[in-house]
Amino acid sequence: MTAANRCAIVGIGQTHHKAKRQDVSIPGLIREAALRALADAELTWKDIDAVVIGKAPDMFEGVMMPELFLADALGAAGKPILRVHTAGSVGGSTAICAAHLIMGGIHRRVLTVAFEKQSESDAMWALSPRIPFQPQLTAGAGGYFAPLVRAYMRRSGAPDDVGLQVAVKDRQHGLKNPYAHLRIKGIDRAMVADSPMLWDPIRYLETCPSSDGACAMVLAAEDAAAAPRPPAWVHGLATRSEPVVFSGRDQVNPQAGRDCARDIYAQAGIHTPSKDLDVAELYVPFSWFEPMWLENLGFAAEGEGWKVTASGATALGGALPINPSGGVLCSNPIGASGMLRFAEAAMQVRDQAGEHQVDGARRAMGHAYGGGSQFFAMWIVGRDRP
Amino acid sequence: MSDDAPDAAATAAPVTMVPSHVRLTYTVTAGRHLSSYLRALADRRIVGGRCPVCTKVYLPARGACPTCGVPADQPVEVADRGTVTTFCVIRIPFEAAPFPPPYVAVAILLDGADMPIFHLVRGIAPEEARMGMRVQARWVADDQLGPTLASIRWFELSGEPDAAYETYANHL
Ligand SMILES: [Zn+2]
Repeated sequence: MTAANRCAIVGIGQTHHKAKRQDVSIPGLIREAALRALADAELTWKDIDAVVIGKAPDMFEGVMMPELFLADALGAAGKPILRVHTAGSVGGSTAICAAHLIMGGIHRRVLTVAFEKQSESDAMWALSPRIPFQPQLTAGAGGYFAPLVRAYMRRSGAPDDVGLQVAVKDRQHGLKNPYAHLRIKGIDRAMVADSPMLWDPIRYLETCPSSDGACAMVLAAEDAAAAPRPPAWVHGLATRSEPVVFSGRDQVNPQAGRDCARDIYAQAGIHTPSKDLDVAELYVPFSWFEPMWLENLGFAAEGEGWKVTASGATALGGALPINPSGGVLCSNPIGASGMLRFAEAAMQVRDQAGEHQVDGARRAMGHAYGGGSQFFAMWIVGRDRP
Repeated sequence: MSDDAPDAAATAAPVTMVPSHVRLTYTVTAGRHLSSYLRALADRRIVGGRCPVCTKVYLPARGACPTCGVPADQPVEVADRGTVTTFCVIRIPFEAAPFPPPYVAVAILLDGADMPIFHLVRGIAPEEARMGMRVQARWVADDQLGPTLASIRWFELSGEPDAAYETYANHL
């Protein structure tokens, strides 16, 4: 990258994600993640110049503008606090806004946090609104995305069982992640195949859970990046969006996603993402979105994503590990889900991922999408200073 | 309080969650373009708007074509039949469901339109649903017609042969 200051990720923290974190309030939940990020960076609240916070729609918890009452819990009294809102991609866009404050030279150390406490909310209700002048047609996120999955299957000619494979693979990865919500011992194809169809062709075990959780990172300018552990460096970052409705829109392979990926690859000097990147954390809330995003992001040619998945290349130990953390299929605190992808990418290049570490990972991608596949946020982080 | 009265607050399990239902009453002003579409539905007609630049027909008409930025509001009546581009079978029960599951939710490219609309298909077994099915609107009775897409109760098979994939592949 040129013209901008360098940005380092010096601290990373996350909560243990669960269906119900009734042991903590929302402020307690975000503090848990933030304190772990500060501890990782060996910094304190005093060292932070500004806070950037994100979560998915306020209707989920029914608390309007929660950043106002959360400022104290984040040590933000008297400091700038900025709220970001881009639906499910928000955790990624929030990290990018925080990075921009560093790269633009505005601040030296920024705390960025994202969360959702789904047990204090009803996302299925919030995503199935009664729209004026319309019969009730929507049925949560699955009802929206299942037709796109069917369209992908038809377009690519993928066999019916690729989704099962992703569901098993990501849950096996999740068993290696102590923070993961869903930890299904002995997960296998039969278990997924026998689980109920919710939004045909999407089965229960091909769907993400509803989670409580938060993620936090401390981002630092180069002169503040002297950390106890080596930082991850931002090599490229971008957001893109497109209208949810326009004639001829390709919802299976959205242009905004393709453009966003092309932008970060150019910034990071990546020519062949499947070779130049060691690992990627992609936002896969329904299993079929792995092959769909492999194509959208240029890891596979159009119509070929399912072949990469079917080959086993995307499992830990494969040529292109995808979602070693277990991904959204294992933990889905919606607002935090994008930031968890970004954070896992940084953990990988910091050699910090424990049992789900990809050996020798030097460059990694974090990806998030949201809304009706219309908001995208991505970054590439590396072990080496760019 | 006497010393020997049991203190219920001290012995009860702590309160950890209080459900508090949110309600918001609001008035929607449909605006010129949406109103023309809704009024036509009350008259058993489906009227969209054509963009003068890209010639695409939007349902409803729009104050701005998402691609061209100019009003897409040259009135165009489209058919009340069309092609199912894609669909899903809703099998999950939820509070606002229009029917007990399973039921088939579809995207339909109406003949003459360039954008699918979302609706339901009834009258077929869920496992018989397929992309490319030709469907026909089933309107409500005259005394139930109103300025709402609910004037179409659901769609049913039209009896025509399925449409070729190529005819709707660009609308997925
Ligand atoms: Zn136009």
